[in-house]
Amino acid sequence: MTRTAKFRVWRGDASDGALKDYNIEVNEGEVVLDVIHRLQATQTPDLAVRWNCKAGKCGSCSAEINGRPRLMCMTRMNTFTDEETITVTPLRAFPVIRDLVTNVSFNYKKALEIPAFAGPAHLKPGEYRMEQIDVERSQEFRKCIECFLCQDTCHVIRDHEENKEAFAGPRFFIRLAELDMHPLDTLDRKRAAQEDHGLGMCNITKCCTEVCPEHIKITDNAIIPMKERVVDVKYDPVRWLGSKIRRREGL
Amino acid sequence: MTEIERHSFDVVVIGAGGAGLRAAVEARAAGLRTAIICKSLFGKAHTVMAEGGIAAAMGNVNSKDNWQVHFRDTMRGGKFLNNFRMAELHAKEAPDRVWELETWGALFDRTKEGKISQRNFGGHEYPRLAHVGDRTGLELIRTMQQAIVSLQQKDAVEFGDAEARIKVFAETTITEIIKDGDRAAGAFGYIRETGNLILFEAPAIVIAAGGIGKSFKVTSNSWEGTGDGHALALKAGGKLVDMEFVQFHPTGMVWPPSVRGILVTESVRGDGGVLRNSEGRRFMFDYIPEVFKEKYAQSEEEGDRWYADPDNNRRPPELLPRDEVARAINSEVKAGRGSPHGGVFLDVSTRLAPDVIKKKLPSMWHQFKELADVDITTQAMEVGPTCHYVMGGILVDPDTGAASGVPGLFAAGESAGGMHGSNRLGGNSLSDLLVFGRRAGAGAVAYFQSLSGNTPKVSDASITKASDHALAPLRNPGGENPYTIQADLQQVTNDLVGIIRTKSELEESLSKLKGFRARLANITCPGGSAFNSGWHLALDLENMLLVSDCIAHAALIREESRGGHTREDFPKMSAEWRKFNLVSHFTNGEVAVEKLALPEMRDELLNLFDIEELGKYMTPEELTRHSKGANA
Repeated sequence: MTRTAKFRVWRGDASDGALKDYNIEVNEGEVVLDVIHRLQATQTPDLAVRWNCKAGKCGSCSAEINGRPRLMCMTRMNTFTDEETITVTPLRAFPVIRDLVTNVSFNYKKALEIPAFAGPAHLKPGEYRMEQIDVERSQEFRKCIECFLCQDTCHVIRDHEENKEAFAGPRFFIRLAELDMHPLDTLDRKRAAQEDHGLGMCNITKCCTEVCPEHIKITDNAIIPMKERVVDVKYDPVRWLGSKIRRREGL
Repeated sequence: MTEIERHSFDVVVIGAGGAGLRAAVEARAAGLRTAIICKSLFGKAHTVMAEGGIAAAMGNVNSKDNWQVHFRDTMRGGKFLNNFRMAELHAKEAPDRVWELETWGALFDRTKEGKISQRNFGGHEYPRLAHVGDRTGLELIRTMQQAIVSLQQKDAVEFGDAEARIKVFAETTITEIIKDGDRAAGAFGYIRETGNLILFEAPAIVIAAGGIGKSFKVTSNSWEGTGDGHALALKAGGKLVDMEFVQFHPTGMVWPPSVRGILVTESVRGDGGVLRNSEGRRFMFDYIPEVFKEKYAQSEEEGDRWYADPDNNRRPPELLPRDEVARAINSEVKAGRGSPHGGVFLDVSTRLAPDVIKKKLPSMWHQFKELADVDITTQAMEVGPTCHYVMGGILVDPDTGAASGVPGLFAAGESAGGMHGSNRLGGNSLSDLLVFGRRAGAGAVAYFQSLSGNTPKVSDASITKASDHALAPLRNPGGENPYTIQADLQQVTNDLVGIIRTKSELEESLSKLKGFRARLANITCPGGSAFNSGWHLALDLENMLLVSDCIAHAALIREESRGGHTREDFPKMSAEWRKFNLVSHFTNGEVAVEKLALPEMRDELLNLFDIEELGKYMTPEELTRHSKGANA
């Protein structure tokens, strides 16, 4: 069942660009990335697109399809009508390099700002013991394939370039939550989340959860619990006093 | 000349999968300035696709497991063609490599005692694979990525610069190893984003660039698996060993096209999936080899009973070793009994209830529902063999990863050969990456230190040559489209060098492959050099052709069937052939293959096996070294 589909693809670079129309063959069982590949092979050999695994496991082929942040390899063509024009544009929250490829280095910069896992010094390799039930919470967040669709859709980043300095974004809130809930991590992630990574700027509209291809419950399982814990450590007067007393003892 | 960016490092690691990142950690730990070159973004390497787990004899689930048992399993899996020293180092060191991942933040599934859980897998005698559900590869790559980041954080504190001693060059491809005399002196390539050319001057270079799957039409590998590491080493004067051994996984998807080549995990068959041809026949019963007759069910009824009562029934033939199943599917399709899109049917829906399928195979159910709109609780999957892994690779010194023939060049992971012999066991790949990634990194460090300042130089002439070569497809007007050439090349390997091979077809493949050289020299890539996918493919094609050439040459010479190499005209395994590896060279623009004597296993390792078992693989003369053989 071959048909011709109408595609509208953004072509251009950092300086200039526009949507271009293409008529392109589509076969039964294909996804948007297959059609983009056929465009490359038959009409636009220099079309820039990122992709790797084509199985929804690496998070490379992120784009906006009819305005929605999606993985191209996980968007089936049979979810559109035959008449529909399919518009494919680069992620809007990040600067364009060329065509569908954007500069996502913002995310790698943020990754560098979050202190790595710090295990207990007294345990040697092979001595770690953790219960399955305790690792499962963090394991959910480690399913993240770093497609950065959550970062792209988050309006704190998408609509306010100036926030990028202070705001790490949902991908890194789940990283912080993962470390905070890791049974053997020894650092204070709660205070850091609030003071260094802008957790407070998130107003839980859940857009990130909606676009996550791994179905990670970013808002409910990471951001909200982290916000609650921050309230506990930062604003509970008894805890506040406790922390002051402990510090004195350390002197 | 286009602008060329120049960098200078102590160690350059080509490849950012498990092996490359582990090598980089080792080099940086020794205080050396290290560059990591990724073909894609950082953290996207093909390692991410591994599902089953990391094989390491930690003995967490069965305390009888130890390195000797793991060593034996690995040698059996490779049909005793493995480099014994690599298999030994791998079995001994894998547990330490897994445990150190935990100290970097990895979260494996746990046993009841809170230790790392281990699962059963084909060919492993005891539960041995550390895992995280079926996304172990993702856990490994993310952990290594975060280990690199943590080192950069330390450097930021110490030097005020996170990239002072370890820098990642994302979306950068190396096209050539540059030498000074015999020694490696640098790596030359381009940056995808800008199309700018880039030179790394470095006396020690580690190749960890992954596999070659893209040389074949149906593969589980991503676009990156174009044999870059193999070809770079070969062109630099290195050697490739065991290139005839390519693992075809029997059940890759053939339909729909969006998932062609993607794996359907072995557990689908383990949990009750049956294989049928277009006539509805469970054809695997027709393909039980004589040596396995006693171990497999002879009727569908008995096979069906095995799932519930494995002690009193024999297992169904769908669970024969990978190579047997792949060959059977191939034969059915060739005989015209295939599915509409050239595979056979794999069906779990007839034997298991929908809720059972969803519970036992959750990720498979999701994968097909979301990617392919196929509901495996009611529909059969169309599957066929898919090129999954190459056992062959760069010939290295087992202990240091030093590439044979090129001082300063090292290799690890799928780019290196020898460890897996003629066939790799599931789970031995991730452990291979870490064990030999670390060793190659340490090898590079020792080599660098031994130079004590006597570093090789990159000449201007060699830069000009490399740059002209890289830019040729952009400068050549009126030539062929690289995508067409890629499709044609994949068809040739698919038809003539695939899973079943014969002399006449291999000879035909060699002459056809020769024809591609002229076509490659006349490729045209319209557009500029910035993120031009066509240009990238044009440069990758050279590697794909070179690797295909090595596979076809070696496959023609090896006149036996063993592991990932099946000759229809020589269907038996031969003890005489086991004494040799085949080694590919590239001299004066031609691939040449020669025999190299296989290193002899040390006596204490030989004595880990029963002499009766060794008798299936070795010649009587070789067995005299066995403790029982000597007495006989």
